Amino acid sequence: MTTWPILSLVTFLPLAGAVIMLAAVRGDDAAAKRNARWIALWTTLITFLISLLIWRDFDPANPGFQFLEEKAWIGSGITYKMGVDGISMLFVILTTFLMPICILASWRSIEERVKEYMIAFLLLETLMIGVFCALDLVLFYLFFEGGLIPMFLIIGVWGGKRRVYASFKFFLYTLLGSVLMLLALMAMYWTAGTTDIPTLLEPGKFPASMQTWLWIAFFASFAVKMPMWPVHTWLPDAHVEAPTAGSVILAGILLKMGGYGFLRFSIPMFPLASEQLAPFVFALSVIAIIYTSLVALAQEDVKKLIAYSSVAHMGFVTMGAFTFTMQGVQGGIFQMLSHGIVSAALFLCVGVVYDRMHTREIAAYGGLVNRMPVYAFCFMVFTLANVGLPGTSGFVGEFLSLIGAFKANTWVAFLATTGVILSAAYALWLYRRVIFGKLEKASLKDILDMNSREIAYMAPLVVLTILFGIYPAPILDVTAAAVEKLLADYETGLKLAKAATFALAE
Amino acid sequence: MDSLSNLSTLYPEIGIVIAAMALLMLGAFRSEEAGAAVNWLAILTLAGTAAMIGLSEAPSATLFGGSFIDDPFARFMKVLVLIGGAATLLMSFDYLRGAKILKFELPVLVLLSTAGMMMMISAGSLIALYLGLEMQSLALYVIAAFQRDSVKSSEAGLKYFVLGALSSGMLLYGASLVYGYTGSTEFSAIASAAVPPAEGARISVGLVFGLVFVMAGLAFKISAVPFHMWVPDVYEGSPTPVTAFFAAAPKIAAMALLMRTVFDAFPGIIPQWQSIVVFLAIASMVLGAFAAIGQTNIKRLMAYSSIGHIGYALVGLSAGTSEGIRGVLIYLAIYLVMTLGTFAAILSMRRADGMVEDIDQLSGLARTNLPMAAVLAALLFSLAGIPPLAGFWAKWYVFLPAIGAGYYELAVIGVIASVIGAYYYLRIVKIMFFDQAAVPFLPMGRLTKLVFGVSGLIVMLYVVYPGPLVSAAEAAARALY
Repeated sequence: MTTWPILSLVTFLPLAGAVIMLAAVRGDDAAAKRNARWIALWTTLITFLISLLIWRDFDPANPGFQFLEEKAWIGSGITYKMGVDGISMLFVILTTFLMPICILASWRSIEERVKEYMIAFLLLETLMIGVFCALDLVLFYLFFEGGLIPMFLIIGVWGGKRRVYASFKFFLYTLLGSVLMLLALMAMYWTAGTTDIPTLLEPGKFPASMQTWLWIAFFASFAVKMPMWPVHTWLPDAHVEAPTAGSVILAGILLKMGGYGFLRFSIPMFPLASEQLAPFVFALSVIAIIYTSLVALAQEDVKKLIAYSSVAHMGFVTMGAFTFTMQGVQGGIFQMLSHGIVSAALFLCVGVVYDRMHTREIAAYGGLVNRMPVYAFCFMVFTLANVGLPGTSGFVGEFLSLIGAFKANTWVAFLATTGVILSAAYALWLYRRVIFGKLEKASLKDILDMNSREIAYMAPLVVLTILFGIYPAPILDVTAAAVEKLLADYETGLKLAKAATFALAE
Repeated sequence: MDSLSNLSTLYPEIGIVIAAMALLMLGAFRSEEAGAAVNWLAILTLAGTAAMIGLSEAPSATLFGGSFIDDPFARFMKVLVLIGGAATLLMSFDYLRGAKILKFELPVLVLLSTAGMMMMISAGSLIALYLGLEMQSLALYVIAAFQRDSVKSSEAGLKYFVLGALSSGMLLYGASLVYGYTGSTEFSAIASAAVPPAEGARISVGLVFGLVFVMAGLAFKISAVPFHMWVPDVYEGSPTPVTAFFAAAPKIAAMALLMRTVFDAFPGIIPQWQSIVVFLAIASMVLGAFAAIGQTNIKRLMAYSSIGHIGYALVGLSAGTSEGIRGVLIYLAIYLVMTLGTFAAILSMRRADGMVEDIDQLSGLARTNLPMAAVLAALLFSLAGIPPLAGFWAKWYVFLPAIGAGYYELAVIGVIASVIGAYYYLRIVKIMFFDQAAVPFLPMGRLTKLVFGVSGLIVMLYVVYPGPLVSAAEAAARALY
């Protein structure tokens, strides 16, 4: 075990990189742009390498929080506390893993205000890692909400035509959800006298009468972030208008905060409300899976299609999480991680052709396999993973969460499975329209295949997609103990809350 | 207690008044070139007094039979007011020079009105309250109309005067009723008289009537809805440094006065004034959020924004607890910093052909002057209450006691209003960052830059070290309740 504050280091290293860039890079000439890019790349790479040490030293048998750090901060029960457990650790790694890829993906496509762009991304990385490491509610909220600012600027400054609309919608939608959570957080503070997450996780902290309200307030925030039907409408807009790397981060990390929030807060802290409202979540999840898949079928914009498919895939996560079974919850976590890789990769694939053709219309493409065989291969791997083909990482998550759902409610599982079929329909149809067919369009005649930089960031994603599809053990092992504890806490909390309700009734 | 032997408690106020007289003489006898010098001396006076009060370790004291109270609460508020005054004078040089009104009267009037504010903050009786309030207001009416050649400025001064006189009338009427039903003007005596007479019985209608009128008069001074009509016009018409002063100092003093009145004079009938405060809070937050959306002039926008912010501060007050007071104090301190920073930026919206006030003129500021745009964006995000910036903590500390006291509906309305309010702050950020560049502004003056930079840093770094402000506010809050 390391004794130095590795979590804080990983969290704030990108921030330090941003400060260095702010101080060191001057002007707007080619040299300054180059420096900004390299500083950002090195910062994110080093952060990634250090974060791997977390995985190395992580003890999978320990269900509690590890690498704990605690410092006095505001007083009266609010401290600066960091730590990870089996649920959050892999999200930290996912974040640090995707960031260098994002920087590389923006290498040539961002030519304006490069320095500011890189600073915004580094800032965002700090805030995202912080979300998964924070062990204090206030600290968590700080990171959770602070991420809005850089993302707002990324979409608004470097986005597409309707970027202003998309950035405002993203910001205000998410903020509206979060402020309700903020109030719930205050109510929790008054009830428990602390905002320390491990303390709050102890079963039976919140009386049954409060749980439903608190649950709803948290739900408002996480459902928007997730996003769940019907509050998903900001996502397609944000995705379509964001620059490629922005979409990657949005799909890869930001969406996962919602699912992480359900697992970290809603289920263990408000077990009674979770049990009572699980059917509601199932209903929304199933609607999301089927409805957004159908909507995806009708899209003419590649990014929009993938955005809707993200909503559908997140439906599996919420469904799995609220089955309260080992398979369902682990499946949900796996699905999030897998989707973090696959959807990120799909957006990168869109970015590759967008950089060449500057359009995202499906109809503008066709027959790319003839000129871009490497690209076609990568795109195929990710399309199949998106469909959930066995042997890819997408399969494991969907399968596990469906097993969990089957245990909980057969109809839910049945309906969700139709979503898998629909996802095959829209994903394969997209692939056919973009990649196969005759290369007839004049504009595509001399399109070039992926260059070495693009291959460099695509290759690890391909490898991981297939690796975790064949050998998911590394992820499942790490999460097992923490998920077991989560479910045990949930059961205990449920019993306590029910006992208290009975005592009240008698 | 013999009052005269304890005059040392009054030294800060006495010092400021003497300085004002001396500077008046200096200005009168060396009229032409004295403006800048007087301004500097006034800044030094205010800053020196702030340091003197801030560092003072004298025990709490009361003077003149309880009419003048010096306690940690008063000191906290006075320091805020003095900082606000000093900082606005500090960044006023360029503007005043440009408008050719760098005259000695302005700093002298600011000093006098600050002395009035300090009286208000320390007021322990209805008479002292009124004296302080009028001393403050009279000076403010004049400086609102300070730019004599401008019709708008004169209009602002006149409007402020007429409506201010009306509100003073209401306040006086209420004060006379309170006196009539309790038999005293001292807050402590009122407090012992203003209690529900017996279990289940109702308190006298006349007293509540008086309370309502006093609250209405004070609500006018803090510009809470529905007594806010003067604010946008006065903010827009007054010379910008004066507007900055209005937004910073008098609001804080009036808020202190309101808190002092309700907690010192009416602690026995908390539910009665609480319902008034809740109404004022909700109305201010909601109106501030919606009305600011349509504004094109940045000073008007800041006027509505300040109305909204007073609403949030009142949320903390409505809790009626010690935590609530602490919340209001922290809110006001952070609000002061954000306001000063934002007005520093507004004062720098200057081109070769003069000042501009349209929000659209900020277009593309991120391309022409990135540091200014970035810091201003941080200030605006902070005003919108986005973490980890200071403005979030301000909101945290006022909503926390409201939730603790069970005012859930109030808190929900408040946070929803803050989301709506976020829209118009975002709009400015959008104009600065997403739109095409306009003609660049002249470089920021050095002193303005100082205020701007310091407030920007405080807003961004407050999260790292929040302790001192919280503990100072806590000590101040304990003194009151």
